[in-house]
Amino acid sequence: MLEAKTLAYRYGKQCSWLFDDLDLQIAPGEIVGMSGPSGRGKSTLAKVLAGYLPPGRGSVMIGGRPLQGSGHCPVQLLFQHPELAVNPRWKVGKILQEGEEPTADLCKDLGLEPAWFDRYPHELSGGELQRICLARALSSGTRYLLCDEMTSMLDALTQAHIWQIILDIARSRRLGLLVISHDTTLITRLCSRNISYFGDTVNH
Amino acid sequence: MLDIQDLSIRFTRYTFGLKKKETCVVQGLDLSIAPGQVMAVIGQSGAGKSLLAHALLGILPRNAQVEGRVFFKGKPLTPERLSTLRGREIALIPQSITALNPLLRVGVQVARAARLSGISKKDAPTTVNRAFSRYLLQKEVATWFPFQLSGGMARRVLTATATVGMADLILADEPTSGLDPATAKEALGHLRELADTGKAVLLITHDIEAALKIADMVTVFCAGTTVEVASADDFKGLGQLRHPYTRALWNALPANSFIGTMKPIERSPNTTGCPFQTCCNEQDAVCGHSTPELKHSSAGRVRCHHA
Amino acid sequence: MTINPLALDRRTRTMMVILGCLILFSAIFLGAWLYGEQGQVTNLALRKLPPGWDQPFGTDWLGRDMFARTIKGLRISLEIGLAAATCSAVIALLLGLAAATMGRIVDVAVTWLCDVGMATPHLVLLILISFACGGGAKGVIIAVAASHWPALTRVIRAEVMQLRTSDYIKLSHRLGKSPAWIARHHFLPHVVPQFLVGLLLLFPHAILHAAGLTFLGFGMSPHTPEIGTLLAESMRYLTTGMWWLAVAPGLALVLSAMTFDVLGNNVRALLDPKTLRE
Repeated sequence: MLEAKTLAYRYGKQCSWLFDDLDLQIAPGEIVGMSGPSGRGKSTLAKVLAGYLPPGRGSVMIGGRPLQGSGHCPVQLLFQHPELAVNPRWKVGKILQEGEEPTADLCKDLGLEPAWFDRYPHELSGGELQRICLARALSSGTRYLLCDEMTSMLDALTQAHIWQIILDIARSRRLGLLVISHDTTLITRLCSRNISYFGDTVNH
Repeated sequence: MLDIQDLSIRFTRYTFGLKKKETCVVQGLDLSIAPGQVMAVIGQSGAGKSLLAHALLGILPRNAQVEGRVFFKGKPLTPERLSTLRGREIALIPQSITALNPLLRVGVQVARAARLSGISKKDAPTTVNRAFSRYLLQKEVATWFPFQLSGGMARRVLTATATVGMADLILADEPTSGLDPATAKEALGHLRELADTGKAVLLITHDIEAALKIADMVTVFCAGTTVEVASADDFKGLGQLRHPYTRALWNALPANSFIGTMKPIERSPNTTGCPFQTCCNEQDAVCGHSTPELKHSSAGRVRCHHA
Repeated sequence: MTINPLALDRRTRTMMVILGCLILFSAIFLGAWLYGEQGQVTNLALRKLPPGWDQPFGTDWLGRDMFARTIKGLRISLEIGLAAATCSAVIALLLGLAAATMGRIVDVAVTWLCDVGMATPHLVLLILISFACGGGAKGVIIAVAASHWPALTRVIRAEVMQLRTSDYIKLSHRLGKSPAWIARHHFLPHVVPQFLVGLLLLFPHAILHAAGLTFLGFGMSPHTPEIGTLLAESMRYLTTGMWWLAVAPGLALVLSAMTFDVLGNNVRALLDPKTLRE
């Protein structure tokens, strides 16, 4: 179980809390959706949950224990812009192996072509690069995936394709998913539960 | 207004040392657009949508080779002619605020765009004021710097910059990406207004739903090739769509059956035949060895052996 | 809308330019070595000759071959430039890294030093340091090295700071990578090209400033045939119409400085994945 307990975050002491007193639970195998207007802290929440940012107040617990600061994090974050989530000076093959060498099955499921491995990230399309990032995030130790607007830059076919793969893998590995998107149709299609925390709070 | 026939764009790339490889990214691309029309260009990422915009503005990288016939207002569009038209008669609404100079006040940049598009120094301030009021930007916004603009305001400033001149053809590259639904709707509304004043708007996007809200016609790209030209009304249901690829795209929407292709569509330079053959259910022997022609079909066009 | 097929593409041109630059520099060193003592030999029979077939750069008032002297002068300039630019680039690398990684106080201090260094008039600083160090090759090298690091320091500091906040570095950490691994695999590939290109682009400044110092009399001794010395000497003869004494060495200096600039920009294009394959 991935749990957020009375979680709060703000950028700097002078700023107001972006979100405050937030409780959230994601069970293994569960797919939770989150939507709401931009600029309300959805992405920041994802970063706190994945350990990219330290919580301002409260805590992130995984399996009853606080999230570790080092080592492979069981909560992995996938970004809206995959091209910013890879080192532009690395070839795709090296990017792919950063977590752990992906298994042949995973590469096949994701439709990764060996011809890409010798290219630089900017030589792949957004959909291709997003699948590379997905393969990198899906190490054996990963238990939860946070998908922050992961497919909003992609066309419908690629989007549907990527979600089919993720849902299959999530089902077989019992991964917990948090899907952040402004596309409510997509959320209803994918998720069993929808959090509207950021929909009704208005703050500046 | 604009008529593109059989456009192809090839890249020569180095693999190792001085070894070269030629890749054909766009091949057999057709597109035409009339005044007062919003033509949406949809297709997968990497299908050549942005390359089309870059080619129309003459800003492709140096290792690109372009072939094909491009006519603007009935006359061939040569690189020389293009350099005089760019910014005057063909204008781009860029994707993000990073296209503006971060150190210059917004008003100065819009005025500069107006001057570049051939408006006299005397008339420039009134034109800028008119552009600002048309997009409901307050006067003081002109004295702001780009970083002070909110997402929606940034879109309006970018639109104002592109349309302050007398451009007849407006290219909008992914105008809705990264915007929340309300702002996206507003941005699309401005494009529709522009078309209603008689300009031709080329809307390049990956978001079919957004495109259908305002487009009159839709051109569908698949692997750098035009596979279908359809009217927006054809997208009301599967039955009207002519090409299997367009049907697959439509089907993949979360609101419809949400089925993706299992294989990504990628064209290697020496494949012959239909670009969509590997993923198509109706594929047979003829699809493999001959590329179908772009045929007229009721109000639209389609490139398929079985349509 | 076609592009001239005969036009060379970027990679071939870049390679050719880099090769050309390297050939030019080795030619200078080789030429200086082959000429041996020739540049110092006075030959009063061949005094004050304008440029011609036998003496492409003419001769001076003692009948010395200006071409040989220019080549030797360039060699000294290049050596001094190399030493000064390397020292300067190393200082920049260390300060830039320190500023970006060792906390706020160090950052503020380094940034302040950079600002001071950039705000001080270059020539004044150069003259002061060179004079304080007693002139000569040592003085010139120290002066040039001590005054040219701020620009590159800023570049390296900005690069490292930007990297530190980038998503892929944080992601690498969340994939369980150690700071040492991240430094080796993420930071190094970004900083090394910046360093190399920065080093190459420092050369022209170093060479020109070294010559400038000598020209003003605060650098090398008047006996070494450095370009600055040649130019300073020529001043006295310009009024008598011996224009070649200044023009030839001056042009040679400007050209070699420009060559380094071209070299630096081409190496940059080759090291950047974005332009690598064009």
